[in-house]
Amino acid sequence: MAAFTLKINGQHHQIDVDPGTPLLWAIRDGAGLTGTKYGCGVAQCGACTVYVDGQTVRSCSLPVSAVGASEVTTIEGLNSKEGAAVQKAWVALDVPQCGYCQSGQIMSAAALLGLNPKPTDRDIDLAMNGNICRCATYVRIRAAIHGAAKSLEG
Amino acid sequence: MTIHDSALSRRSLLKAGVGLAIGVYVARSRKAFAQTAAADVNIAPNTFLIIGADSTVTVLCKHIEFGQGPFTGMATLVAEELDADWSQMRADHAPSNPVLYKNLVFGVQGTGGSSAIANSFEQMRKVGAVARTMLVAAAAESWRVPATEITVEDGVIKHSSGKQGSFGEFATRAMQMPMPNEPKLKDPSTFKLIGKEGVVKRLDSMAKSNGTAEYTLDINEPDMLTVVIARSPKFGGTVASFDASAAKAVAGVVDVKQVPTGVAVYAKGFWPAKTARDLLKITWDDSKAETRGTAQLLSEFRALSKTPGKVVNQQGDADGAIAKGGRLVEVEYVFPYLAHAPMEPLNAFMKWDGKTASARFGSQFPTPDHAAIAQVLGIGQDRVHLQTILAGGSFGRRAQQTTHVALELAEVSKAIGPGKPVKLVWTREDDMRGGYYRPFGIHRMRGVVRDGKIEGWTDTIVGQSIMKGSPFEAMTFKDGLDSTAHEGSSEIPYDVAHFKCDLHQVDVGIPVLWWRSVGHTHTGYAVEAFVDELLEAAGKDPVEGRLALMSKKSRHAGVLRAVAALADWKNAKLETGRARGVAVVESFNTYVAQIVELSMGEEGPIVHKVWCAVDCGVAVNPDIIRAQMEGGIGFALGHILYAEQTLDGGKPVAGNFDSYRSLRINEMPQIEVEIVKSSEKPTGVGEPGVPPLGPAVANAMAKLGLPRPRQLPIVQGASA
Repeated sequence: MAAFTLKINGQHHQIDVDPGTPLLWAIRDGAGLTGTKYGCGVAQCGACTVYVDGQTVRSCSLPVSAVGASEVTTIEGLNSKEGAAVQKAWVALDVPQCGYCQSGQIMSAAALLGLNPKPTDRDIDLAMNGNICRCATYVRIRAAIHGAAKSLEG
Repeated sequence: MTIHDSALSRRSLLKAGVGLAIGVYVARSRKAFAQTAAADVNIAPNTFLIIGADSTVTVLCKHIEFGQGPFTGMATLVAEELDADWSQMRADHAPSNPVLYKNLVFGVQGTGGSSAIANSFEQMRKVGAVARTMLVAAAAESWRVPATEITVEDGVIKHSSGKQGSFGEFATRAMQMPMPNEPKLKDPSTFKLIGKEGVVKRLDSMAKSNGTAEYTLDINEPDMLTVVIARSPKFGGTVASFDASAAKAVAGVVDVKQVPTGVAVYAKGFWPAKTARDLLKITWDDSKAETRGTAQLLSEFRALSKTPGKVVNQQGDADGAIAKGGRLVEVEYVFPYLAHAPMEPLNAFMKWDGKTASARFGSQFPTPDHAAIAQVLGIGQDRVHLQTILAGGSFGRRAQQTTHVALELAEVSKAIGPGKPVKLVWTREDDMRGGYYRPFGIHRMRGVVRDGKIEGWTDTIVGQSIMKGSPFEAMTFKDGLDSTAHEGSSEIPYDVAHFKCDLHQVDVGIPVLWWRSVGHTHTGYAVEAFVDELLEAAGKDPVEGRLALMSKKSRHAGVLRAVAALADWKNAKLETGRARGVAVVESFNTYVAQIVELSMGEEGPIVHKVWCAVDCGVAVNPDIIRAQMEGGIGFALGHILYAEQTLDGGKPVAGNFDSYRSLRINEMPQIEVEIVKSSEKPTGVGEPGVPPLGPAVANAMAKLGLPRPRQLPIVQGASA
């Protein structure tokens, strides 16, 4: 066990865990933030997607010891204009079904719009194909990303 | 909180399937799902509806919400008859109560068979109508005017004098009003919400878009222990001996106990529990384990399929008709074991104080789960509280005929003893390798075409029963055979004079379970790929040929015509290398036809677009119906292309999404859905979007000159 101070959503959390503990479990069981989900544990499904210093990361596969002083952002702390636009579009189109993967989908989608304000379908495919949705809400995810992009214009 | 306690009227309402209608809330800690901010409500124990002093209307949904939309569906039905404004509506799960909250199809509380809207349509409308009548009576009494002079519109109670009030104002007084026994329901022509576009939005979208929706994995209570279990790698294996010394040395581990399903590690948090679980040294006793692999099962099933099974249904003389000669078509379809792999792996939470137990998880069958917990703990069912909560998908996985998760939950709780809340968590690998698969099976089909006509059809099925030995056997068995193994094959929508369907019901030591659309997952493929092949042999168009054989099946024909028009089947000019295929399947009394357009890529088919027509009777929530068709198509496509759980010496091979390939966004086709207008009783949509997709893909491949895939998945080797 070792003590780590993680900066998550602008707040410092003291977490006492084994250094090999994936960031996901430090966020969930340590910091008590449960919006970030466990789906596979092997960086295959994207349900655990968070930002580390603004970069999307599969938190299930990043040991907490590698995070250091980096800023971690989870769905609870997503406050970028892209994030807000994506969440609004998600609700407007009733994207979620079971909803379990959607935190990860939204984190990936907001990151995409941050890098590419007008993504094509192909851009969306490339940015979002690491996020599995077993309910297959993909048609609406695609439409909502286009909708969010449009809402951010001008 | 007060509850109207007129025993007589309550009894008669219960008889009518309505239940106590109104409760008044006292603010406490519960959150109901809403499109905007969630209101805190206290759930009355036997009610379908709670009207708050703030005029929010919370519908207690007896069906589990895991994406298919019953929160929104039930709330729509109530709001329609209550004349509520949609912004007032909230929903939450009803607790376990087999009398009040039973599914009127099953007779116990449970969700499945795409039955939520079908069995609740009248019941929940009555709930809304009863509450409306009582609110109006309360307002009439308060205003000293006849009730007949009062109207309700968009959540506002109005009198012709200009007086008006909110639901919240009259909720308490309404509780004192007599409940109408037979509340008058609206004429469908006056519906404002049911079937309307754009008025109703899902109640759970917001909470599922900002991370606040609570699933079982998210439960965290003081002193809670997370439990991860080492289970036998082979089904039927048991613990012979184990060494937990390395596991117990992991920091955060509290205890290790043997339980009936394996060896359980109790820890403070998931990661130490999982780490320690993986360090257990266990010797398994495989003397009673299933040790056959899928290759062996295939050869055994194949041999059986060439012998006659027990006849399930027949007409005319199918064997005789085939013996007469003509163009004989004989094919074998092989269907793999499939895991459900919902995004949230299985899990469950329970507190047990030695006398009473309180469990929370995504229980899809609360009544049997409730009984199972009570039985393990040796207490009466009245000492168990079971609350279903949101679940991250199911596709059938959480409706366990054996109640195995509830049993395991109670066992791990019992083993560690009272006073220690436990959260049982299955890892993805535990979930994927934990059995309860869509059964492995074979269809051997023979058909004969003479003079452009299908004269004979036989379908010999080899498969495992889902329900054998379970409490549901009585409900699903007929003449010793599991109807879920042949539904869809034993009765086909086509006029074929000489027909036979027979079944070899085989015992295999692999636990199997219903999987989104149950028997239709394979019978839909077998029947629709085969009829297409026979029509091809007869020189008929796939749409016209089917229609010509559907003299008694107007709703099948209706969706087929609708989808053909939607896709412009007759006249569409396709790009080079593309082809279209069609299929139509009725499941759970809902009729779905799909047309697929695809081309062939390096790996296999690339599906570009799917057109879908659905007839589910009265469409309650059109946008949810579309969403379920979209999701059903994507779910079906991923599995038909890639998914397979293989067994190596009895051990399931695929353990995660790297070895059990799931559809991703780049593989998702465009989808266009048409909901066929109907005034028939509403039926479900959670499952029926699945079955036609696979055969439509196969039939499109045939148009490109490729064989219709005989063994699924289409892309062999994509999994494992």
